[in-house]
Amino acid sequence: MAAPFELTDDSVVVIIGTGAGGGVLANELAQKGVSVVALEAGGRYLPDDYINDEWESFGQLAWTDTRTTSGDWRVAKDFSNLPAWIVKAVGGTTTHWAGASIRFQPHEWKAKTTYGEVEGANLLDWPIDDQEMAPFYDRAESKLGVTRTHGIPGLPGSNNFKVFEAGAKEIGYKEVHTGRMAINSQERDGRMACQQTGFCFQGCKWGAKWSAAYTDIPAGEATGNLEVREKAHVARILHDDSGKVTGVEYFDDAGNLQMQRARVVCVAGNSFESPRLLLNSHSSMFPDGLANSSGMVGKNYMRHLTGSVYGIFEKPVHMYRGTTMAGIVQDEARHDPSRGFVGGYELETLSLGLPFMAAFLDPGAWGREFTTALDSYENMAGMWIVGEDMPQESNRVTLSDVEDKFGLKVANVHYSDHANDKTMREHAYKQGAAIYNAVGATRTLPTPPYPSTHNLGTNRMSERPEDGVVNRNGRAHDVPNLYVSDGSQFTTGAAENPTLTIVALAIRQAEHIASEMQSGAL
Amino acid sequence: MIETLSLKTLTRRQLLSRGVAAGAGLVVGAGFVAGRDAAWATEMDAMKPESFATLVQMARDIYPHDKVGDRFYAAAVKGYDVPEEVDFAQEGLEMLDEAARAAGFDSYLAAGWEADRVAILRGIEDTEFFQRVRGGLVTGLYNQKEVWPIFGYEGESYSQGGYLYRGFDDITWI
Ligand SMILES: Cc1cc2nc3c(=O)[nH]c(=O)nc-3n(C[C@H](O)[C@H](O)[C@H](O)COP(=O)(O)OP(=O)(O)OC[C@H]3O[C@@H](n4cnc5c(N)ncnc54)[C@H](O)[C@@H]3O)c2cc1C
Ligand code: SF4
Repeated sequence: MAAPFELTDDSVVVIIGTGAGGGVLANELAQKGVSVVALEAGGRYLPDDYINDEWESFGQLAWTDTRTTSGDWRVAKDFSNLPAWIVKAVGGTTTHWAGASIRFQPHEWKAKTTYGEVEGANLLDWPIDDQEMAPFYDRAESKLGVTRTHGIPGLPGSNNFKVFEAGAKEIGYKEVHTGRMAINSQERDGRMACQQTGFCFQGCKWGAKWSAAYTDIPAGEATGNLEVREKAHVARILHDDSGKVTGVEYFDDAGNLQMQRARVVCVAGNSFESPRLLLNSHSSMFPDGLANSSGMVGKNYMRHLTGSVYGIFEKPVHMYRGTTMAGIVQDEARHDPSRGFVGGYELETLSLGLPFMAAFLDPGAWGREFTTALDSYENMAGMWIVGEDMPQESNRVTLSDVEDKFGLKVANVHYSDHANDKTMREHAYKQGAAIYNAVGATRTLPTPPYPSTHNLGTNRMSERPEDGVVNRNGRAHDVPNLYVSDGSQFTTGAAENPTLTIVALAIRQAEHIASEMQSGAL
Repeated sequence: MIETLSLKTLTRRQLLSRGVAAGAGLVVGAGFVAGRDAAWATEMDAMKPESFATLVQMARDIYPHDKVGDRFYAAAVKGYDVPEEVDFAQEGLEMLDEAARAAGFDSYLAAGWEADRVAILRGIEDTEFFQRVRGGLVTGLYNQKEVWPIFGYEGESYSQGGYLYRGFDDITWI
């Protein structure tokens, strides 16, 4: 049930974006009786609407508004206007995500202390740590129904997993299992068990995979305290002479500019749109953009180093049958500089359908070297590398000269690998190939990073205001009633898929905001 | 994409008598291009049939799959046979023929061996024409549902209840 709030109601918390961060925060606040208006640029799509077809689904859900790119990453050449694969819809990228839900390792909260100075990297310790986050991880795991936590059984292994597992064990890996997944292995929370449909990246038509779109958001709406306004694209955040934010301007579905007043504003548009919005909100008081006295808004963009390895075998695998990512090797996630790099990486099973495989296997390639690989699609197994990439100030989101249909400057995304990223990726490619070779691969193929699915760090959390944009609660150092609530607050990226941590941070931030409101500090 | 198969009603002999062979597997006639085996044909809306045949051959040479018939390549490039695209395509194809002549062949299609044609393509691969044709094929060819079974990809599975009872873990050789 929607709870319509007036545009002039300045008692509401306005949340921009309804993905992993914003969608969860909205529900958590609504459950505590806080009035929330969530503004979402995309439309609302539910399991019945999802499409078991890669390109059609992409057209339905993905963010395809223009962005521009620079830097020496290959994405800038192959997908110059598509630096990221993320979603524009109620529920954000949790509609497309695969559900891999793992905690940071304790040392990863303290990357600078653990890794020491790394030349060219702008490492920093998070102002929070493992112990402080543990109870919020617990709550996040039970909200998402993560398998292998809280007594929830693991998912069964698919064909793709069985090949991966056998190879991994053959070369001596020990921590190999079907993952900690936000996918029901049994009925839970009124949602059914996974039917192994194989279209996790296209929105789960059974609702077996957790997505904010059909869990947290309707739960928040049911309280009467949350109003989600869809197809509402926020253009700028407004502030008064004292430097506090007072509301936001957004374009509604009809393209009309509206103004919603607010007591608190939380930015959760994912790591390109959140800094873009802060930069586009510049004013005479904040000429470099809102919350940007440190100059850090947009900087230190991280995307996990990523890459994939596909193996081709004599006999069929049918990797596309079943969950897209339920399989993991964690042995390389440790920090062990003897391998030639700091930080670590996870290996996770991955499958793409034929259309996406053709687009992403080796973008731009043609001829028989390429087509003979696709000829063996049926006999392919696949895995994805998720490793910690180094934050670098020069990897950043800035405002481009290009404007969107509203006349707002779009985000330019600049990224170049750090030497540590390259060394780690090469290591991971070799280990990935070794896994498949150990069980008889006739050919292995390293695949370059896809347009980024994990986008992090562009409004990072820091103890000292000069090192980052927000403090330990995601609150802007410069603006007391402005928060960042998505993956852009990550200080460092760690080796793990980020969403469980984004959700845990959102749960924690809701507690903080509610108590600050109650005490009158907000 | 390639729906206009009205010529399909012709018998094989009728079809072949109206056209001339072009490249390895194609027949070109007045206003149409067909498969040598007469299993398919498509009428031209805007493009010269010879140009279209060249384009089909070029598409196959970019993404050669021996088990995928010419009709799928024809469907993948049929989108250039419209007034808005035809000039771009025909100019590009003239350039391709020019490159073939420079390599000692009468035309691109007259270069009988794949290796020779691929060498010609390598020479123009940085042109906008080549890159647009190649880029378009990534979806134009591989996103045709009809080609998926040739690669062993089964596509949509929700309506069949997913793979839980249909082989998500049926591997036996590992
Ligand atoms: C294919 C795929 C697979 C993935 N698999 C995994 C996985 O297995 N495990 C994992 O941990 N992570 C995974 N991820 C990543 C995960 O989805 C993201 O990390 C997470 O959703 C990010 O949360 P967020 O809140 O930062 O942003 P999002 O979830 O992207 O939400 C941002 C929302 O803000 C909206 N928005 C942006 N700008 C504006 C504006 N100006 N006005 C109004 N609304 C706006 C957007 O439309 C969007 O809905 C995957 C991602 C993809 C694409
Ligand atoms: S494999 Fe399971 S989780 Fe993934 S889309 Fe299908 S039913 Fe949903």
